[in-house]
Amino acid sequence: MTVEPVLTRNIAVRPGTTWIADYEVNGGYQGLRKAIGMAQEDVIKLVSDSQLRGRGGAGFPTGKKWESMIPLDRSGRPRYIVCNFDEMEPGTFKDRFLVDGDPHQLIEGMLIAGYACRAQKGYVFLRLEYRRIEKILRQAICEAIGKGYVGKNVLGSGWDFELHIHTSAGRYMAGEETGLLDALEGLPPNPRSKPPYPGTSGAWGRPTVVNNVETYCCVPHIIERGAEWFVGLGKAKDAGSKIYGVSGKVKSPGCWELPMGSTLGEILDLAGGMQDGYEFRAALPGGASTKFLDSTRLDYPLDFSSLKEIDAYLGTGTAIVLDDKTCPVAVSRNLAMFYARESCGWCTPCREGLPWQEKILNDVENGRGEPGDIDLLLSNAKMLGPNTYCALATGACFPLESAVELFREDFEQHIKQKACPYAER
Amino acid sequence: MLSEEERREIGEDLEHTPTREAATIDALKVVQRHRGWVSDEAMEDIAGELGISTAELERVATYYNLIFRQPVGKHVIFVCDSISCYLTGQESVMEYLMRKLDIKLGETTTDGQFTLLPTVCLGHCEQAPVMMLDWEIIGNLNEERIDQALADAMAKEGP
Repeated sequence: MTVEPVLTRNIAVRPGTTWIADYEVNGGYQGLRKAIGMAQEDVIKLVSDSQLRGRGGAGFPTGKKWESMIPLDRSGRPRYIVCNFDEMEPGTFKDRFLVDGDPHQLIEGMLIAGYACRAQKGYVFLRLEYRRIEKILRQAICEAIGKGYVGKNVLGSGWDFELHIHTSAGRYMAGEETGLLDALEGLPPNPRSKPPYPGTSGAWGRPTVVNNVETYCCVPHIIERGAEWFVGLGKAKDAGSKIYGVSGKVKSPGCWELPMGSTLGEILDLAGGMQDGYEFRAALPGGASTKFLDSTRLDYPLDFSSLKEIDAYLGTGTAIVLDDKTCPVAVSRNLAMFYARESCGWCTPCREGLPWQEKILNDVENGRGEPGDIDLLLSNAKMLGPNTYCALATGACFPLESAVELFREDFEQHIKQKACPYAER
Repeated sequence: MLSEEERREIGEDLEHTPTREAATIDALKVVQRHRGWVSDEAMEDIAGELGISTAELERVATYYNLIFRQPVGKHVIFVCDSISCYLTGQESVMEYLMRKLDIKLGETTTDGQFTLLPTVCLGHCEQAPVMMLDWEIIGNLNEERIDQALADAMAKEGP
């Protein structure tokens, strides 16, 4: 498979980090130069036309977020561009991969967003555990300031843009779009009631755009090469190229750039297949908060729209593989533990319901399950998801509901035998 | 009382935050970097420095799992227990660490060297199972790699 690298055009040719000189030689900051020569509304229109959808997992149209910034507040109060670099979705490591290799691509994308949305300040919201990335990004921002891309009067345009890094202090909820804004403001992250959306009232109540790292990384290429070109990159229903990845018992876990709409089968091939002695059973296609796909879906296109048609989700595009030797009930319990621990406690169904789900799954896994537990898990899931401010609880229900659907026999066997049948495998 | 250096570092963070409150997380991390953890006394000092109530600061400090409101060992080990690590042997990593250090999760060794804590996904799943020791990521864990990492940490002055 030969595909022209776009997001990885520097990563593909150079080990280690691409610094500013090499970035510029390879066409870097040309997207920004072009954008600054355009009217702000035209830049936004181009991004809308490109059909770029948010790469953080939800797939919200990026152009729509930017359009919400168009109504100009004449008070001159600040407007913000925020990059969600919390990357705490279990099984997800693509944003780290992108910025480790090519930090300026993110900076350029944020600059274009800043120009288009008439923002004066940008924040990269970075998880504390990515200390290596923090060092790389700080150095890259210094380089960009030195070259006049960041700071006063960017490239002589009269537009000023500051770029800062905010390092967080843990917790999955800080990566939820509005929870992130709370965290940026120095508060514990809780989801906000929407509307108003961040484009109207975001950080410190000001118009704010929040996008994922990979989303910003797509932007310079869209500006440079056009919306039609970007749409054409996709193989199935959605536009662009995508960083896909895989972890679990595969031979060489990692991530790779492929056309949007590539398949699990292709990703598994890039990973060298399963480790010896293990068979593929199913995969969560994009982080924990997605639905299991079994081997009948190995050739199904992985993009937002195609997966939606089979009531599944792309999420972050970094797959987690379940092998035949691992107990699906134990896996469900592990996922439930994550969500129960990371619930911020703001909404009652999530705060009370997720620990309950974890307890039921723990009982079933340890041979203390009762007949009726499976139905209880499913009916709880129905009540949990839709009755909360954010998608954490909904995300918790996706893998569980799909695990019960695909592996119901395993759940039943645990309850009948009063033990985990995988214990001796 | 906050040291001159701590006040200066908090001041640097305040330069680019629109409100003083926005520097809470940075300020907590500054103090933690210097003292290893954030004591009750330090909480009052930070709250005073930022002009917010101690209760408000406490709400922040106790929410984030990477802020320590109790003393920790010289070296803190976070072992990922999320799904990709679970699938690749996290349970044996955890058991080995507990046996080797002779502590349970959440405890500190009697010599004050190591504190062992669980953590959610560290975003290095291609290297699973993964842990973070002195804020550095160590992946592809097995008993040898864990032994080496602990020995390296002991040989260092501090994080």
